[in-house]
Amino acid sequence: MISKVIHDLDEALTGLEDDMTVMFGGFGLCGIPENSIAAIRKKGTKNLTCISNNAGVDGFGLGLLLENHQIKKMISSYVGENDEFERQMLSGELEVELIPQGTLAERCRAGGSGIPAFFTPAGHGTEVAAGKEIRIFNGKPHILEHAFDASFAFVKAWKGDEAGNLIFKGTARNFNPSMAMAGKITVAEVEELLPAGSLDPNSIHIPGVFVHRIFKGNVFEKRIEQRTISKRN
Amino acid sequence: MALDKNGIAKRIAQELQNGWYVNLGIGIPTLVANYVQDNIKVEFQSENGILGMGPFPLEGEEDADLINAGKQTITSLPGSSFFDSSMSFAMIRSKKIQLTVLGAMEVSDKGDIANWKIPGKMVKGMGGAMDLVASAENIIVAMQHTNRKGDSKLIEKCTLPITGLGCVKKIVTDLAVLEVSPELGFVLRERAPGVSVEEIVSKTSGRLFLPDNVPEMSL
Repeated sequence: MISKVIHDLDEALTGLEDDMTVMFGGFGLCGIPENSIAAIRKKGTKNLTCISNNAGVDGFGLGLLLENHQIKKMISSYVGENDEFERQMLSGELEVELIPQGTLAERCRAGGSGIPAFFTPAGHGTEVAAGKEIRIFNGKPHILEHAFDASFAFVKAWKGDEAGNLIFKGTARNFNPSMAMAGKITVAEVEELLPAGSLDPNSIHIPGVFVHRIFKGNVFEKRIEQRTISKRN
Repeated sequence: MALDKNGIAKRIAQELQNGWYVNLGIGIPTLVANYVQDNIKVEFQSENGILGMGPFPLEGEEDADLINAGKQTITSLPGSSFFDSSMSFAMIRSKKIQLTVLGAMEVSDKGDIANWKIPGKMVKGMGGAMDLVASAENIIVAMQHTNRKGDSKLIEKCTLPITGLGCVKKIVTDLAVLEVSPELGFVLRERAPGVSVEEIVSKTSGRLFLPDNVPEMSL
């Protein structure tokens, strides 16, 4: 068994430098790597290009890196639940590239699968297609999209073991598996870090081969963006 | 009388068929889940990674790890499954989801849809809308017939940035049910209770075909 366990957050971020392209798992605030984000804020790494479906909220998630001016560019499908994001975007401090959510996910998956590019129908006839190669398959136009290339991927899982195997919970899975596959260095934070042999190999969502560093997160605040409830009868 | 949001959702729920997997967008489309007829089984997909989405949780049972694409807390039902985003869009692109219901700012009489961006305003992004409309074979738009200024949202050519071309099959508004036909443009199929054909004609700016008989919706 090759151990992927690291013991402090400095070790988790070893090699992370200014101007790198970095992936962050999560959908909204669900399944985001809270502990790694806090550590990057503390380290102060600047000019990051961040690939993440969303950009956090004021004071939480990637909002913490935005307000500290550590992000140069966001590559996302949906943003702007965040006043600081809006301010930086409108003032031109922050570059933003919006891409369809399925294309975002597939560009991650492709990056972690040795597939340099692929064709997708999403975005045909829209500004997303501008400047991209179009080909007709089965009578329908498709757009050429390229795999992402990221120096680091920061992901969050529910359970992990020393070997780096990961299991996700509920819809906190979202972008985490495909980003884990895509990172040149993938750092996974987990709620429960278990000895090798504790997880059923049949139940592993991401094999440890994709994970380079794993640690148990100190705190998982798990903020809820839209608390919606049903009435009790 | 024009339908309210729940009325629109209720009418759309009549389109659901037994055994369908359905993706509901944010806003009015989400309400469709409240009006599924008792005699059919459908499963709702949310593109952030769940099939078999259930109602909102009871107070105290919210789980931060279980949300829908609108970031609302939800529940799962027996038979439901979780998966990652790339698999979620795999099932969307490969047409495993039989119906997509989403909102729109404009729909053209060719079935083009614009629903993600207003120039000059803060752009939030397209989320999964472009992937959904590019692949879904059955797309129903739920929206008001006119915008806040009173201008028709059913027009000849979209003026706002496009989300997808030639993809909308049916539109349910507060005033009417319309189909989109490549030859005829908007085809008026049903009127909201008490709404006249004349009112719908006056509030539709795209090409509109009027069949001889346009019944009232039965809700």
